[in-house]
Amino acid sequence: MRGAYTWGAILAIVFASVVGDVLLARAMKQVGDVGALRRRLGLLAVIRRTVGNPNFLFGVTAMAVAFFSLLFALSWGDVSLVAPAAASLTFIGNAVAAKIFLHERVDRRRWIAAGLVAAGVALLAG
Amino acid sequence: MLSHGMKQVGSVSLHHLQGVIFAILNPWVAIGILLLLAFFATYMTALSWADLTYVLPATSLGYVLLALVARFVLHEHVSPLRWLGIAFITGGVGFIAGGPELTKHPEVHGDVEESGALAAASPFDSAQGGLLAKDARSETSGVGS
Repeated sequence: MRGAYTWGAILAIVFASVVGDVLLARAMKQVGDVGALRRRLGLLAVIRRTVGNPNFLFGVTAMAVAFFSLLFALSWGDVSLVAPAAASLTFIGNAVAAKIFLHERVDRRRWIAAGLVAAGVALLAG
Repeated sequence: MLSHGMKQVGSVSLHHLQGVIFAILNPWVAIGILLLLAFFATYMTALSWADLTYVLPATSLGYVLLALVARFVLHEHVSPLRWLGIAFITGGVGFIAGGPELTKHPEVHGDVEESGALAAASPFDSAQGGLLAKDARSETSGVGS
């Protein structure tokens, strides 16, 4: 039963963090080059512009959901299962989601990279 | 740190959700959250420069750093399997680092440039610049979706 809870929480982490990452990436593309904006408008304006972006707010909310799912998962399961499973599944999920929703050109090079990093993280955190 | 803190807090029951809120009061969890905030700010900056599929694998170098710190500072034993993991991550990051960091969306990119130019054209009237930039942004999101 505990195992089912843990895996449910892991899937919740992966789903929420993929949604959050995609929304945040879209928000920052809309905000524009932070370095250039800061030089032009100042740091406060950049922060205001970022925080005022609806995608950013939804993204942060999704990240908060992912974070609390992580706390739940860690209180139910071992960190040696939760951390690698959630992290490596998030890498794969993000590559798929970035291709579909952000229209990023995820070429073979990036698929291989996502796969390698996911495998590496699973080995390292496990 | 978060793991350490949550193990101190103990198992959280679904029937006592307020237990999760109290977890924040644990100093280990609090320090962990502060560091996550610093990570978040730099991560957002990187996302404004490059694709998600570029930034995200690159941030995984943090795992490699963690393992190296564990090995050389804390003198922990790092198993061969973990060295293999380090090699995988490093190789993966090397793979994307060789490619382009940003997918070019000509129309979207143009809009972003334009909003920047508009804001620059009226440095003393930030309200107007912000408004124009906002218009450009809504166009951008229209193209994106």
